[in-house]
Amino acid sequence: MTSVLEPRSEPAPRIPRPAHAAPGTGAVIAQLGVWMLLGTIFGLALVKSEAASWFRIQEMLRFAGPKLFLVLGSAVVTAGVCFAAMRRPGAKALLGMTIDLPPKTGLHRYWLGGIAFGAGWGLVGVCPGPMWALVGGGAPVILVAIFAAILGTRTYAALRHRLPH
Amino acid sequence: MYELLAQPWPWWVGGPILGLVAAALLYVGNKSLGVSSSFRHVCAAVAPGRNAFLRYDWRSVGGWNLAFAAGLLLGGAIAVHVLGVPMPDIDPGVRQTLAAQGVRDFSGLLPGDVFSIESLLSVRGLTIVVLGGFLIGFGSAYAGGCTSGHGITGLAALEWRSALAVVAFLVGGAFTAFVILPVVLSR
Repeated sequence: MTSVLEPRSEPAPRIPRPAHAAPGTGAVIAQLGVWMLLGTIFGLALVKSEAASWFRIQEMLRFAGPKLFLVLGSAVVTAGVCFAAMRRPGAKALLGMTIDLPPKTGLHRYWLGGIAFGAGWGLVGVCPGPMWALVGGGAPVILVAIFAAILGTRTYAALRHRLPH
Repeated sequence: MYELLAQPWPWWVGGPILGLVAAALLYVGNKSLGVSSSFRHVCAAVAPGRNAFLRYDWRSVGGWNLAFAAGLLLGGAIAVHVLGVPMPDIDPGVRQTLAAQGVRDFSGLLPGDVFSIESLLSVRGLTIVVLGGFLIGFGSAYAGGCTSGHGITGLAALEWRSALAVVAFLVGGAFTAFVILPVVLSR
């Protein structure tokens, strides 16, 4: 028998959230957890498939072994098949937004920026994904390379309007 | 199970997992995989100045990407400290060439003699770590992506501009490996 002094608490009426309202704090943390989990899987696969190995990259850039070309190639084919299945008119992501990969524009930035990036890749011997993974793997010097990369990004931002795109 | 995971993963395991992560990002939240944008988000958070390229709400635009980068760090830590990373069985010719150019330490993920804190005091270490890192940041920002953004996402989305960028990555990388790195390593 319920006491009169302790009335059964009524749940507060739920206000339906509009489809695209800013998510609450709990939802934001949960989403960040999902991105972090996917990053963890990606980092594990980068290191364990040797895409984060300086020695393997040196072999790749000298076209002396197939392994990393096969890693990259099979990643592209897998992602490509999934993308093709997902990119249908009106397709929605789980979080509600429309799935779209915005088309790229311009021309010169791809080969000019690409060669500059390639030169850095050849020197450091690892690309940005593996750089973060290597810091986790216990190579503190790579933090210095990441700091230099952030400086490089800032320099590009400052020179951007003078560079051909 | 542990034994299996601790082995180096063959390409047909590692590659498809990388591709599936790119697909999962798009499927869950319409995110396109790319790691170099994490550098841009850090810039936007720390030193945007009055620069249009860096003036955006980095929390809402880049929060997911920075969480992903934190995951990369964690994944790298698990791979190295829990599973272990043996020296890969690279092409013996390349190994011989690198040894002749002055690389001494053939173990782990990076040659310890080239990537030590003390090495930062030498021309060799400075060029490789600082100039190399700078070019990685500058070039990926200029090209609008790196080996993940153009190499995986762009190619999988059948973007010819990404294919151009990937060819340029390999041209710049091969030129550096064949011509510039031998000079730098022997310093």
